[in-house]
Amino acid sequence: MKTAIIVFPGINRERDMATAIRTVSGRDPVMVWHTETEIPPVDLVILPGGYSYGDYLRPGAIAARSPVMRDVARKAADGVTVMGVCNGFQILTEAGLLPGVLMRNRSLRFVCRDVHLRVENSQTRFTRHYDAGQVIRIPVAHHDGNYFADAETLRRLEDTGGVLFRYCAPDGTVNDASNVNGSTANIAGVRNVAGNVAGMMPHPENLIDPLLGGTDGRALFESVLEAAA
Amino acid sequence: MSALDAATASPAGKLTITPELVAEHGLKPEEYQRILELIGREPSLTELGIFSAMWNEHCSYKSSKKWLRTLPTSGPRVIQGPGENAGVVDIGEGLAIVFKMESHNHPSFIEPYQGAATGVGGILRDVFTMGARPIAALNALRFGAPAHERTRHLVAGVVAGIGGYGNAFGVPAVGGEVNFDARYNGNILVNAMAIGLARTDSIFYSKAEGVGMPIVYLGAKTGRDGIHGASMASQEFSGDQEEKRPTVQVGDPFTEKCLLEACLELMAADAIIAIQDMGAAGLTCSAVEMGAKGDLGVTLDLDAVPCREAGMTAYEMMLSESQERMLMVLKPDKEAQARAIFEKWGLDFAVVGETTDTCRFVVRHRGVVEADLPIRELGDEAPEYDRPWVEHRPQPPLTPDAVPAPRDAGEALVALMGSPDLCSRRWVWEQYDHLILGNTVQRPGGDAAVIRIDGTNRAIAATADVTPRYCEADPVEGGRQAVAEAWRNLTAVGAEPLAVTDNLNFGNPERPEIMGQLVGCIRGIGEACRALAFPIVSGNVSLYNETDGVAIPPTPTIGGVGLIDDLAHHMVLSLDREGLDLLVIGAERGHLGRSLYQRNIVGEDRGAPPPVDLSAERAAGDLVLGLIRNRLVEAVHDCSDGGLAVAIAEMALAGGVGADVRLDGGDIPHHALLFGEDQGRYVVACDPAHTAEVMSRAGNAGVAVRLTGRSGGSRLTLPGAAPISLDSLREVHEGWLPRYMDGD
Repeated sequence: MKTAIIVFPGINRERDMATAIRTVSGRDPVMVWHTETEIPPVDLVILPGGYSYGDYLRPGAIAARSPVMRDVARKAADGVTVMGVCNGFQILTEAGLLPGVLMRNRSLRFVCRDVHLRVENSQTRFTRHYDAGQVIRIPVAHHDGNYFADAETLRRLEDTGGVLFRYCAPDGTVNDASNVNGSTANIAGVRNVAGNVAGMMPHPENLIDPLLGGTDGRALFESVLEAAA
Repeated sequence: MSALDAATASPAGKLTITPELVAEHGLKPEEYQRILELIGREPSLTELGIFSAMWNEHCSYKSSKKWLRTLPTSGPRVIQGPGENAGVVDIGEGLAIVFKMESHNHPSFIEPYQGAATGVGGILRDVFTMGARPIAALNALRFGAPAHERTRHLVAGVVAGIGGYGNAFGVPAVGGEVNFDARYNGNILVNAMAIGLARTDSIFYSKAEGVGMPIVYLGAKTGRDGIHGASMASQEFSGDQEEKRPTVQVGDPFTEKCLLEACLELMAADAIIAIQDMGAAGLTCSAVEMGAKGDLGVTLDLDAVPCREAGMTAYEMMLSESQERMLMVLKPDKEAQARAIFEKWGLDFAVVGETTDTCRFVVRHRGVVEADLPIRELGDEAPEYDRPWVEHRPQPPLTPDAVPAPRDAGEALVALMGSPDLCSRRWVWEQYDHLILGNTVQRPGGDAAVIRIDGTNRAIAATADVTPRYCEADPVEGGRQAVAEAWRNLTAVGAEPLAVTDNLNFGNPERPEIMGQLVGCIRGIGEACRALAFPIVSGNVSLYNETDGVAIPPTPTIGGVGLIDDLAHHMVLSLDREGLDLLVIGAERGHLGRSLYQRNIVGEDRGAPPPVDLSAERAAGDLVLGLIRNRLVEAVHDCSDGGLAVAIAEMALAGGVGADVRLDGGDIPHHALLFGEDQGRYVVACDPAHTAEVMSRAGNAGVAVRLTGRSGGSRLTLPGAAPISLDSLREVHEGWLPRYMDGD
């Protein structure tokens, strides 16, 4: 089982992600610099969070056009598992590997807090260690996490089980009060139709240790690492 | 047109230094006289600018130096005390923490977002310049009265600026203070603190060594922003703040993040002789400091400096405070390797000069020697003042019954918990990424933040504290209290307090009563640091914090850092179990003078502040640390603003379990026991099976202890008052700040 973490300048959660991979799989990920044109053979490619290229232009817009992304797209087309978290999710949408866009939060402010997520589809390589309908608690930390997709795209997402997580109340109710950033249909994470590319705004890598307040993020890594093995 | 504009517009060489030009550079006539004596001729404009940059209050500490020398700065763990970019403290196992706090008050008042952002950027650079990766940031903010027309705008801008910079850079902002007081209406305070982690065998300093070594410019390009920022920070405001906006720098956290990674990569390559960040007074201050520390001269060739704009003059380049820049003395054989690292990170890398054996600071530009000055005199021979000061005479202490009781203690508690002084700061810290790096064990909202040392079972605790209303009523006692509270907050989370960084914010030191506040606070801080074995390893002095002659209250912010050697013993304040005994540790005297209760409920602000008994403080703290390490307590909270009632209310809200409070203070009236702000106290919660043991340990240590209630239910009950539901208390506590910021 091999994992590559793509490092763009300005990315800042690559270490958190590497720790999570190491903790759950016992193996060190390969860190791949953005100017590389070929990612070594791996089973899982992760685009971590941060501010790639300073979020200039739009979050993810410049990174989506960097040299390494051509190989990320090739690997995605070949069926390799690709996961983007936070800025990584923004990059994947900007690169056209995932549907929708991530706009500025409804509050117009950065928000860092634990949120509750309802697992919408547990039959995926990203969520198989969760139960459908399970409510988990994971932190968000973003300024631009307001997911938007047009009606047509949204219907296709819903019809194909493309919605992985929705922001919800602690009891699992999906309502406006629990929608931390104003996302369409409270969407917190999606996957593509082929099922091998996913993105999410919350940070599972920051909740895998009981000392730090919980372990609800762990099952995501267990799922994706097992799937990629 | 100002004298400076006129001077810079005139062709070089035809300039006369007029008294107006000297005054515009913030130099006194006698200081200018000293310059003439030192160099034996009239300075060029660039030279005048360099002197003004080096000799202003911000860079030279000319009013405070005499008193700062009295502070304790050494200790068994201290690797580097004040005088470097940041202090360095040994935490064992080959590791050190590197930390400092610095103000960005004036820029933040003028342009809150960029002022606060670049304050964060500057302090982070101070820390990573020394070879440390930043692991935590804190900030202490003081705003004007909520009703003041600018306050909401300033809060929104400063908080967004701190978040905007720190979040992108990628350091968790884990703690600090936010307070409101009309006395800051015209002069807010933004004090930013950063903590980094380094290996003790790879700390980098600013002392240049070796003659003919290349001096390298790194990072972002030099522009016209921030020219005279340090001089501005050394003057009072008068109504012309708007005109000063161009002196505020603009930050780019993306460049800073790249600079961090590039510097750490280069440091690992053993290529650096000396390194200094370009902060206040930019290129001037960094070059002079590196040379002067190494008893070397420095020659700079400004034609090689990467500039953002064409046609910049030597004067502008030497005084620019453009952000995200560094200067280093490089090992000559490492130049190619160093250049490759910086180019990889997309940063400028330029050899702009060399060290010399002349002890002169020589600046060349377009074939002209723009400055040729004795380097040591620029720093060491800066003016130093023993300014006149008057001792502050505190008012006599008030007896507890001199402050009237509330109609209902519960109502008073609810009012305090929902006041701007004590309400939840969630609206602020949720805009800061406090989880990044994955080591935040205690998030904001506790007594101190707890940050795990990556990959270990040990942690750093950090806090920032000061109570300006105490400092104003009695500077010496207020200085002691600020240190004691920081020490207590660290103790309360189970940390061994290690060392302090201080940020001394005061008004105009040329006024004897203000100078008296500075002298008094430093005396109190020094006494407390000595008594608590809590040395000061770094800091910053910010004077002239006044507008139109109105000074801020004395605000010596204390940033304390502690060590938790085993995370199994870290402690929280949340009351999350029913049936625990609540005990007050430390003597109760019902001191209400200068308390929040007196100010907010009674509407008075008089009397002496609570006295700090430093030996009792130490005894209580050592006792509590022992209780934590022996697992005798389940929750600990320090007792400070708002007293016992507020402490218990905060514990109940944090854990979601209520409490029934009992009082028995002999002659002391109930309201004084509930709201008195006696120092050296903690509230601890313990399993009743351990209560006798806790009591007996307290007795052996000579520390007062009293059983004051039991946890349980979903309500908080004070004696003689109607019970308060935690839900309603939470609503009040959490409600004020978001409602205020929404404009309600």
